[in-house]
Amino acid sequence: MTADIQDVNKILKKYEYKDTSLIPILQEVQKLNEEKYISEEMAKYVATEMKISKTRIYEVITFFSALNDKPKGKYFVQLCNSTVCEITDKETIENTLVSELGIQVGETSQDKMFTLEYTPCFGACDVSPAMRVNKVVYGNLTESKIKSIVSKLRGDIYE
Amino acid sequence: MNRTQRVITENFNTYKVEEIDKYIQNGGFQGLKNALEKGKDFIIDELNTSGLRGRGGAAYPTGKKWNGGRKNHADVKYVLCNADEGEPATFKDRELLARDPYKVLEGLAISGYTFGAKEGFIYIREEYEFLHSKIRKAIKLAEENGYLGKNILGTGFDFTIKVFSGAGAYVCGEGSALIESMEGKAGRPRMKPPRIGVVGYMGKPTQSNNVETLAIVATVLKMGASNYAKYGTEKSIGTKMISLCGNVKKPGTYEIPFGMSLREIIYDIGGGIVGDKDIKFLQLGGVSGPLMPKQYIDTRYTYEDLEGKGFGIGSGAILVADETKSVIKFLESVSYFFFHESCGKCTPCREGKRQMKKLLNKMSQGTATTKDLKNIEKISRIMTDASFCGLGQTAATAMLTAIKYFSPELCSSIDEMKAL
Repeated sequence: MTADIQDVNKILKKYEYKDTSLIPILQEVQKLNEEKYISEEMAKYVATEMKISKTRIYEVITFFSALNDKPKGKYFVQLCNSTVCEITDKETIENTLVSELGIQVGETSQDKMFTLEYTPCFGACDVSPAMRVNKVVYGNLTESKIKSIVSKLRGDIYE
Repeated sequence: MNRTQRVITENFNTYKVEEIDKYIQNGGFQGLKNALEKGKDFIIDELNTSGLRGRGGAAYPTGKKWNGGRKNHADVKYVLCNADEGEPATFKDRELLARDPYKVLEGLAISGYTFGAKEGFIYIREEYEFLHSKIRKAIKLAEENGYLGKNILGTGFDFTIKVFSGAGAYVCGEGSALIESMEGKAGRPRMKPPRIGVVGYMGKPTQSNNVETLAIVATVLKMGASNYAKYGTEKSIGTKMISLCGNVKKPGTYEIPFGMSLREIIYDIGGGIVGDKDIKFLQLGGVSGPLMPKQYIDTRYTYEDLEGKGFGIGSGAILVADETKSVIKFLESVSYFFFHESCGKCTPCREGKRQMKKLLNKMSQGTATTKDLKNIEKISRIMTDASFCGLGQTAATAMLTAIKYFSPELCSSIDEMKAL
């Protein structure tokens, strides 16, 4: 477990170990993990502490898009593939991202710096085509804009 | 002529969340004051006069819903503001929460008072996480100023609001699925009846309204229903927030009076089509809405005009696709979305979407047969008729309207029919 167990306990205590608070609990526990996911070990720990089944935890994690059961790169790039972005040229954006990041959609780069995934509409259709990087929205994307965003993110890595 | 209005959006760009005093100076919380002063019958009368219909998509008359709701007696009751704006092409609630958060809180407080709830929740989608702290701050300041919390405005009415974050599931826009997720479960819709107004959050009566609906409630109670009713048409009263997007020059959220034509909306407000191309189709009300071919763009944007032609207002989304766009690729995107978002509870929706996705993929690859096209239509009808909730029932709407209006294009992707 990469997260400090004390921090996890704090979250559980804050929500009084109530299973009705499972979603905020899991969201906050996930935030503790640098790789933006809930590991199996962590899921087990939370289940035991909350006295609920591990299945229940996994049912919730796998149901909701914002909860992950697999690790993500340092920069989690989510490209919208819903209708509005589809007709505002998502294809060019996708091709540019794939070539700039050197990974296919659904993959994480070997150095664990980037994960590229599709995501359903996140309500930024006024600036479509759009993507989210670690939940920050980047809109009105063009080939050159993506190149500059990616190079900035890479620059940050080597700083 | 640009006929956008500033009624619901009167406070946009006039204050920052820290500046609750400015909201109050603008006449903020006057709706709540009037409501508490004049009582529940007055509120219901005003809502009925305003003609307000739910703005989340279902368009159920708000006055009627609230009048029924206050008659459900229980020791504890809850009210919700549904800000799980997950319908693709829709982002007007985002703007309301970002640019006039106090009005939404005010509307929710009025809802709580009318329904008899002391506790309210704003369920905000995870994708709008950047709004969560803003809304929490607004709640805190409203409490400090006596507009929320104990003994509001000295009337003895207690009411608190909490923010609940969604976790990324379109189906949670459905009231009972939303409540399931608030109770720590996967967001699958419940069997109805009972409706959530009778058995909702924690088994208690729960009244849920869309963000825009609540903002209008606060507006109507401030300005008076008869003044609000000066906007719009006889049957579609008032103004509407629209999310205009797609291949238009000026996409965005706009407030318009009901009764403008779609052509006016697209050209006068949206600035026309990017690259001055022609329109091919619109999709109204989001991804669950029908495709509307361009010959209908002189239709007036009202409930009655649209419904009469088989379309609808829905969430208020207006997606515009230009003449170069492929209907099949568009449908593939619709189908991928629903496949991803099906909760898996009922077979028609879960399996129907799986098959639809496969068949549409064949069509876009050019390997589909006439039998495939027939199957698509059959599956669409079964999903519409037999799905458990609104998600599955509307998932094939775009497909069925595409069959109605764009069959030559659909058929052209099928080898055997190319010769015809």
